[in-house]
Amino acid sequence: MREVWAVAGKDLRIEMRSKVVASQVLPFAVIVLVLFGLALDADRGTLRSFTPGLFWVTVLFVAILTIQRSVSIETASSAFEALRLSGTAGWKIFAGKALAVAAQLLAIEAVMLLGVVVLYRSSFEDPVLVVTAALAATMAIATAGSLYGVLAVGMGVRDTILPMLLLPILAPVLVAATRAFDDGLSTAAVNGWAWCSLLACFALLYAIVGGVAYAVVLEDA
Amino acid sequence: MTHLGYLIAGWGIVLGAMAIYAFSLARRGRELSARVPSDRQRWMTTPERVDAGGPNR
Amino acid sequence: MATTTAPPEKPVKVVEPGSGTGSRTTRLLGLACLVGVAVLMVFAFALTEADLVQQDVVRMIYIHVPSAIAGYTGFVITAIASVMVLWKKSMWWDIVAVAGAEIGLLFTGLMLATGVIWGRPTWNTWWEWGDVRLMTALMLFLVYVGYLAYRRVVPSADVRARRSAIIALVGVINVPIVNRSVEWWASRTLHQQSSLSDGKLEDLTLFTLAMGFVVFAMVFAWMLIHRFRIGWLELQADTVGLQAAMAERRAQMEADIDDAVAHPGVSEPIEGGSA
Repeated sequence: MREVWAVAGKDLRIEMRSKVVASQVLPFAVIVLVLFGLALDADRGTLRSFTPGLFWVTVLFVAILTIQRSVSIETASSAFEALRLSGTAGWKIFAGKALAVAAQLLAIEAVMLLGVVVLYRSSFEDPVLVVTAALAATMAIATAGSLYGVLAVGMGVRDTILPMLLLPILAPVLVAATRAFDDGLSTAAVNGWAWCSLLACFALLYAIVGGVAYAVVLEDA
Repeated sequence: MTHLGYLIAGWGIVLGAMAIYAFSLARRGRELSARVPSDRQRWMTTPERVDAGGPNR
Repeated sequence: MATTTAPPEKPVKVVEPGSGTGSRTTRLLGLACLVGVAVLMVFAFALTEADLVQQDVVRMIYIHVPSAIAGYTGFVITAIASVMVLWKKSMWWDIVAVAGAEIGLLFTGLMLATGVIWGRPTWNTWWEWGDVRLMTALMLFLVYVGYLAYRRVVPSADVRARRSAIIALVGVINVPIVNRSVEWWASRTLHQQSSLSDGKLEDLTLFTLAMGFVVFAMVFAWMLIHRFRIGWLELQADTVGLQAAMAERRAQMEADIDDAVAHPGVSEPIEGGSA
């Protein structure tokens, strides 16, 4: 377990020092929220009722950038090679990278939630559900994303192939997270907790698959 | 016959796409088989076996 | 002739270069496919009756359902082959996997196309977001578009085999999740529950549908065989190219050595001053 935290801590320390996500990805998220407002003609009723969907589409875009950053940290200095030679098990590296991605995504989501309250006039009817859904969905995105991120390692065109691979897989997460938020923000009468359980299943499944597959991929990373 | 336009479109797309794909397969096969020596065109053996038993050895 | 030195336990058929991936079996199979399609059209358009509710547009079923089965069969083949790639580390199975994916993608695309065209007159909409089977098929389609796109960008053959096997298997694992999420999301489905089981279809309609399955199975088999052979040839062409490059390199090195032996000092200007 110490190795998992070491890998995650390394990624987060690199981010603290370089501030790539904070200075480039976070502003991007805010810009997308503003663009949705402009595209939907600042009609507050529309914005408010579509908040869950717009929020999670934005998170998916942000996740692509965050995952690309997470992968490029390793490839820039052939750190995958070093991690592999250090004898750390593949699943521990995977867990560490996924946790770091999840932590960064959660920080961005916190700012975005503030953004939708201010810009879209959304209100949290069920804060516990919103936070739980955000945690589960973020773990799902981070685990699936970290797996696909490493699959794209070692190819010149990974920046274009990653969205094509990742977004169809994350479509159920988008559906489930949007529905859970629909309940939490009271934009539709659905059972948000059932959707949360689907998100948790997805996160668990991809945590297992990613842990197993990471070792195979690292062999030739 | 009702819905003739829909039927022509559906059947046309299916048969057309299958024909185009079949022709493209045949063309790719001809091009590739011209580039590969005939002793390597044995489909059901593994590459290692072809390497080991090939006449070039 | 090259065949004389081949291993004796396996007689090798002489293949003319450039003669393509056909063999006598596949040519017969191809002929059967053409005849089958013609007979299927006769049955579908001339011999069967129109449906009372759906009228003549029901004749789409003879290509829509077989396309669906063929598409899923292709992806099942890819999934099995991907397991074998990871288990046996075999390039043979990798070629099977890509053949299944490409053909599965073709037929899934045809299923979606015929479904959309059929949906317009029967459901009065081209696309129904809430339909579980439609959405599951679309997601599977997109996953395998990504799979084939991914395969094009990985340069090394064995890395490509392993990693794309993972992508194919993750795509399969995803199917039940997509299914569940769309079902809850829509909590309604337009798709007719399987028309086959409830005895609603006429005997001749059922027979024609069964014939559709057989014809599509033959076409599928023909495509799979040819696509496999193309994958095989691609692997061989790469190997031949690599060996040719290595032979050239070796010849170049030998020439350099000969050169250095024949003219000592020429290639070593610093130490060769004594010459």
